[in-house]
Amino acid sequence: MLVRVTHWVTTLAFLALLVTGVEIVVSHPRFYWGETGNLHTPALFTIPIPTSRHSFSNGYNYTLPDQNGWSRYLHFQSAWIAVLTGLFYLVFGFLRGHFRRNLLPASSDLSPPKLITTIAAHLRFRKPSEGEAWSYNVVQRLTYLAVIFVLFPLVIWTGLAMSPGFASAFPALQTVWGGQQSARTIHFFVSILLLLFLLVHIFMVWFAGFRTRMRAMITGRGPEGMEGP
Amino acid sequence: MSQLSRRKLIAGGAITAVGASGLVVAAKLAARFGLVPPDSGGVYGPGETFTYAAQRLVNRHALAREFTRSQISAQPFANLVDPPLGEEFRRLEQGAFSSWRLQVDGMVARPASFSLAEIKSFAARTQITHLACEEGWSYIAEWKGVPLSHILDLIAPLPQVRYVVSRSIKPEWWESVDMADALHPQTFVAHGMNGTDLPVPFGGPLRLRVPRQLGYKSVKYITRLTLTDNLKQFGKGLGSAAPEEGYAWYAGI
Repeated sequence: MLVRVTHWVTTLAFLALLVTGVEIVVSHPRFYWGETGNLHTPALFTIPIPTSRHSFSNGYNYTLPDQNGWSRYLHFQSAWIAVLTGLFYLVFGFLRGHFRRNLLPASSDLSPPKLITTIAAHLRFRKPSEGEAWSYNVVQRLTYLAVIFVLFPLVIWTGLAMSPGFASAFPALQTVWGGQQSARTIHFFVSILLLLFLLVHIFMVWFAGFRTRMRAMITGRGPEGMEGP
Repeated sequence: MSQLSRRKLIAGGAITAVGASGLVVAAKLAARFGLVPPDSGGVYGPGETFTYAAQRLVNRHALAREFTRSQISAQPFANLVDPPLGEEFRRLEQGAFSSWRLQVDGMVARPASFSLAEIKSFAARTQITHLACEEGWSYIAEWKGVPLSHILDLIAPLPQVRYVVSRSIKPEWWESVDMADALHPQTFVAHGMNGTDLPVPFGGPLRLRVPRQLGYKSVKYITRLTLTDNLKQFGKGLGSAAPEEGYAWYAGI
């Protein structure tokens, strides 16, 4: 129940963050490394898309409508929802043994031969047996742990690092990355990784049987006699 | 959840009730301690209030990062002023801004109007800080100016003052900051940049510099500061021009 509710709240917040994040990037799709970067300095890379600001045409002869205002409002509101939901999930996940039971791989599964077998099965798109299918295998467990304990904390950290207000109180938010613009660039790449995770995650749900999985993810009911996640 | 037991229902109800009353108490406390921004109405109000309150709880006295001379951006950037500065500005510019004035009024004991020369005669301070635009770009510059707190000392604010509203020669650019930023040692009325007079594209002859917030709070071409205890009487009552354009009043993020 806890996992399901926090999952769907986070899903909504994440989708809002994704859409508004794209809107914000469109106003300046140039990325830099270090403390500063602007149209007078060389870019680390530029995304070749039209922009929403007249100051930077990026080679296009038209400008997209500027959506930054509401996008920023919604981005930060969704970020608060995602962060607070995430904290709630972490606290109760630890208290109720969710991480230990469902996500921590068994040490026997972490041996290299076993890992290779599991990865190979993934790459060959082998359908798991009915018994295996309702518990996460070692690759899935490691991926979820990385998303929960590496990617989400990293995207929150680099997001806060872009804020002049938070960075005044906690300068290390920026300095560990080499500056505010480095944090912005990392924020972008971690978002791409989270988007990739989302796409693979949706594919896996579809692959494992979309209707039964969605039923399990929403109602908590697995197949007869099995308790869903 | 297949069987909703009475116990679960009662527990769920209790948690919801505690949560809801907790939010009401938190909202009252936030209002009491000035942690609610003027654009807190509307669908994005909760997020804005969280951001503003959280930052004010952790950064009220924090200083923006300062950099070394070698970190100053060789080529700072400024967006084009759009629409361009009008005739009044051009006339003042032709007179080398000698007639530029900064009027300070509102809830003050000694309202005043300072010429640019007077402001430049006050003891100046410098800071090398980062200016980030909400678009995503940034630069580092050395700013020279008078701490806003020094000007406030001269005009003696009334004790109930909560905000300083700044007006530009461009009427559509007006902003406001709370007293945490107005009295902050790095909030300047800036008249110099990188060793010269403040260039016009960067807000010269006079701009506000609020380094703990995004660039749009550092209003260019300021002509008037008004001290108030209530932002409702300015514009649409949302605190500044930014929320009227759909942008957040508090730009610490």
